[in-house]
Amino acid sequence: MHEGNIQSSETEPVSSSLWRDAWIKLSKNRLALFGLFILLTLILVSLLTPIIAPYGYEEQNLALGATAPSSTHLLGTDIFGRDMLTRIMYGGRVSLMVGFVATSVALVIGITWGAIAGFFGGRLDAIMMRIVDALYALPFMIFIILLMVVFGRNIYLLFLAIGAVEWLTMARIVRSQVMSIRNQEFIEAAYSIGLSRWLIIKKHIIPNTIGPVIVYTTLTIPSVMLLEAFLSFLGLGIQPPQSSWGLLINYGVETMEEYPWLLIFPGIALSLTLFALNFLGDGLRDALDPRASKD
Amino acid sequence: MLKFLLSRIAQAIPVLLVVVTATFFIVHAAPGGPFSADKAVPPEVIEALEAQYKLDQPVWRQYISYLGDILSGDFGPSFKYPGRSVNELIMAGIPITAELAFYAMLVALGLGVLSGVGAAMRPNTLQDYAPMTLAMIGICMPSFLLGPLLVLVFGIELEMVPVSGWGDIPGDKILPSITLGTGYAAYIARLSRGGMLEILSQDFIRTARAKGLSESTVIIKHALKGGLIPVIAFLGPAFAGLLAGSFVVETIFQIPGIGRFYVQAAFNRDYTLILGMTIFLSTLIIIFNLISDLISIWLNPKLRDEISNG
Amino acid sequence: MTILDVKNLSISFYTRNGTVKAVKNVSFNLSKGETLAIVGESGSGKSVTCYSLLDLLPKPPAKIESGNAYFEGSDLLNCDKDAMRMHRCDDIAIIFQDPMTSLNPFLTIGEQIIEPLIKNPNPDKKLARKDAKLQALSLLREVGIKNADERYHSYPHEFSGGMRQRVMIAMALITEPKLLICDEPTTALDVTIQAQILRLIKKLQKNRDVAVIFISHDLGVVAGIADKVMVMCDGEIKEQDSTNEVFYKTKDDYTKRLLAAIPDGAKRLPNRSTKNILVEVKELKTYFKNHTKKRTDANYFTRAVDDVSLKVFEGEILGLVGESGSGKSTLGRSILRLAPIYDGSITYGGEDIKNLTKTNLLPYRKKMQMIFQDPYASLNPRMTVYETLSEPLLYHKVASKNNIDSLIYQLMDDVGLARGSIFKYPHEFSGGQRQRIAIGRAVATRPEFIIADEPVSALDVTIQAQILDLILNLVEKHNLTMLFISHDLSVVRYISDRVVVMNAGKIIEQGITEQIWENPAKPYTQDLLSAIPFPDPIKERKRATWL
Repeated sequence: MHEGNIQSSETEPVSSSLWRDAWIKLSKNRLALFGLFILLTLILVSLLTPIIAPYGYEEQNLALGATAPSSTHLLGTDIFGRDMLTRIMYGGRVSLMVGFVATSVALVIGITWGAIAGFFGGRLDAIMMRIVDALYALPFMIFIILLMVVFGRNIYLLFLAIGAVEWLTMARIVRSQVMSIRNQEFIEAAYSIGLSRWLIIKKHIIPNTIGPVIVYTTLTIPSVMLLEAFLSFLGLGIQPPQSSWGLLINYGVETMEEYPWLLIFPGIALSLTLFALNFLGDGLRDALDPRASKD
Repeated sequence: MLKFLLSRIAQAIPVLLVVVTATFFIVHAAPGGPFSADKAVPPEVIEALEAQYKLDQPVWRQYISYLGDILSGDFGPSFKYPGRSVNELIMAGIPITAELAFYAMLVALGLGVLSGVGAAMRPNTLQDYAPMTLAMIGICMPSFLLGPLLVLVFGIELEMVPVSGWGDIPGDKILPSITLGTGYAAYIARLSRGGMLEILSQDFIRTARAKGLSESTVIIKHALKGGLIPVIAFLGPAFAGLLAGSFVVETIFQIPGIGRFYVQAAFNRDYTLILGMTIFLSTLIIIFNLISDLISIWLNPKLRDEISNG
Repeated sequence: MTILDVKNLSISFYTRNGTVKAVKNVSFNLSKGETLAIVGESGSGKSVTCYSLLDLLPKPPAKIESGNAYFEGSDLLNCDKDAMRMHRCDDIAIIFQDPMTSLNPFLTIGEQIIEPLIKNPNPDKKLARKDAKLQALSLLREVGIKNADERYHSYPHEFSGGMRQRVMIAMALITEPKLLICDEPTTALDVTIQAQILRLIKKLQKNRDVAVIFISHDLGVVAGIADKVMVMCDGEIKEQDSTNEVFYKTKDDYTKRLLAAIPDGAKRLPNRSTKNILVEVKELKTYFKNHTKKRTDANYFTRAVDDVSLKVFEGEILGLVGESGSGKSTLGRSILRLAPIYDGSITYGGEDIKNLTKTNLLPYRKKMQMIFQDPYASLNPRMTVYETLSEPLLYHKVASKNNIDSLIYQLMDDVGLARGSIFKYPHEFSGGQRQRIAIGRAVATRPEFIIADEPVSALDVTIQAQILDLILNLVEKHNLTMLFISHDLSVVRYISDRVVVMNAGKIIEQGITEQIWENPAKPYTQDLLSAIPFPDPIKERKRATWL
């Protein structure tokens, strides 16, 4: 029943948009900032890997073999004497790329589908959402494995397959968001002014749906990276000589009794990244979409 | 309600048909042809295959006859395990995987619901932060990483539990169940926390408190039912995830379940086994999705009514 | 005999944005069988005060800073959990504002009603389920639930709002409490239902001799039922006295403003209507399609507006009244072509506008505008005042880039917004200020005809009066014609020249406002008018014979 102090806003001289409010909220959330920091670092390192990596990607030193972390090899070497830090950096490039590209695929399909269904509503919406529901019932994980088995391990197929799974949730989120915005009175007000449909979508609907989309995108990237790592671990994802964290973990498991660092460091890299992205996503959700509950 | 049930089952049928069709044609589109003779395949298998798939006939005819076969419950012979049928292999693996999935589900539900509900009862206290941070770690620690780490620590270093097998040595079921269940415990914890927080903020909870009910009655009788609906609805997808997770866990712990067969079949390019298993697992998943959907609808009196009134 | 004695109660909320003193040093008392009305606008602390008595405030952020509340001698604010449970169960019951959300949707109403009996912490009062059910059934009959035996097993969603409130009342009274707190129990209900619920509460109170605290934002509602009135504002008691004293010998300025804000009596401005028809609606049918149903299904269409004809004359303010679900809003939207018209005709200035294409409709969009009900939903949260107001001006080329600023400042002056807030966003304004922005948008293009859909029903009483005056002034100044839609009959009477009464998609009655008030022809209109409470204790007691 308590209604806060409504009057105080009248005297406040500075105006603040919802975006600025969101940023202020986010910047108070230390975990989310930490997540943002890790993410930016990761992107930067990935971009610069060929320049800053201490060793060549395929640089072997069979005489050296597997060594524990040392000053020359910060994260140790694998059984071929390859520098783990270098391999993790290159693996991260692939993992991140899969994360971003597959999420973009999901984003494009999901937003288009969900926005059309939500905006036009009615029978079209019913049919489009029925299709999404039916696709939800499909066991995609098994399908992706099947595709990988049959057509060979192919990174583009991986993008497409993962994107094809993840767009469903995006479509649902965008649709429900557009639906709720579409039924608000300010959209009716825009119609009563006579604005064209396109202008209404551009000026009134898109700016108000963008928050949840950003939030969900941030949360999709880690789940895509996880899926990639899962497949690579099973030997069904990224193919050598390319590498990814999932594949490195797979190799690490084989020799974990003798050389545990080969498992632990790629594991930390993956977990830390997932951690960072999830915290950033949660933080963004609190900041951009205060009504949404933390599920 | 019966009408609704039937219509939902009727909706699942085209989905199943899509699964069967897609799987069949994907396998048949395999480069080089999946059933082209291979030295490793014994002649009797080739014969059986030719008989079953009528390989000399056009693909659509093969498809029709395969549809007929699976309708009568026959997935045909394995491509790489001579003399064994896909049905046999599935039946050999399924009890083990089912047991593993069951224990994992117990871990997931027990840990998840308890910590989630506990966290929701005292939001923004240690009772909330501690399990929720753990849950976040659980989500960010995939089974293929958690499993080996658990093996490393509790199996190899501390030698507390066996590190492989299923039902051979006492205690060998512990690590696989925990490995498979932890991730889902984390999801369920977050879901039940969210669901309970949502319900606990509702006006009717205030009404219940104002009536003088004890806090435990308020939680158990008034909040749990609504608060756990998201969890129930998640059980279907969770089941699908558990099956996929069993691929990894059974590989790590060398458990002869259906997941390990699937991965091996994938590596062996055992097309008939993959085809049969995909269809079988998909059917299971679709059925479970249907059941968890129906339960979560049935738990909500309003939805229940809307459905029985058409 | 005093049963409740509250002394020096102060409550604060400690939030991230600072401390808010919600209740400041409040004292009052209540005797057996007496009714105390606590009246105040939103944020006045009236509900917080009462919730603290039953320990229903979320702590934190709430904290009781000081005070005592003696209920039959024991302090409610300083008792342990078990004692509080006893009080909640047996002594003090509460009815909440929104009957749609206050009952548990997952449990049958029977189960919810008997809970205080079967789960009673006092072993002497604890009943077996079977006996509790018998009590519940007789109480359900007493509060006016028909077929109580059957309805006992129904879920809340199977009841209408008014019926749910009756269930809430039964649940509150099942343990025969000595004090009943009613937190705006009729605010969410239609006016005829409100009258029934008020009557029911009063009847039950008499039968049981229970003390009642009645929380309301509306002085009119409490005039007839309260023995004493306490007016609160910003957490403070402004005035506290017997009902007659507060109404007839008002001492406090704020209370005077509250009383003055109640729209009472006829329109104060002269009637400016002419004989020219500006808008004419003929046999209009607006049906919503129900996509989950088959086309052949009888319920495929929801007939929101079903065969309605009316005329709006140039210069007049036409009031459109009806209860929720009457189709009044849909009728307004249909005239602006914002709803799916099924059949009928609409003309504007003699020209048919029902069949115009979007492009051809555009000139009319400039001439017809709308003010919406919810000032929180009717403004795009991501647009500043400047953007909101400039959109129609630029779109209809009323202004160009060169003179837009001065036009917007002019507009802001017109609707009473400070010029300095031009680049602020909606969330930085209070409800009343937001409604001013929305009104500014509606009058920006200098329209001839405005449809105002419940423009003041989401606002506090004093704000409501200001916005109504603003609307009347603008109508006068710009020579506007207006269709004023409202569920509140007093507001409609205060503002309109002529009135149309709608129910279930059809027009019941229409005519000159004062004539309808004096002499309603149709029983539905008579019921509606007789349900309005007078903000005058003596008149109200005389009229409502059931008091």
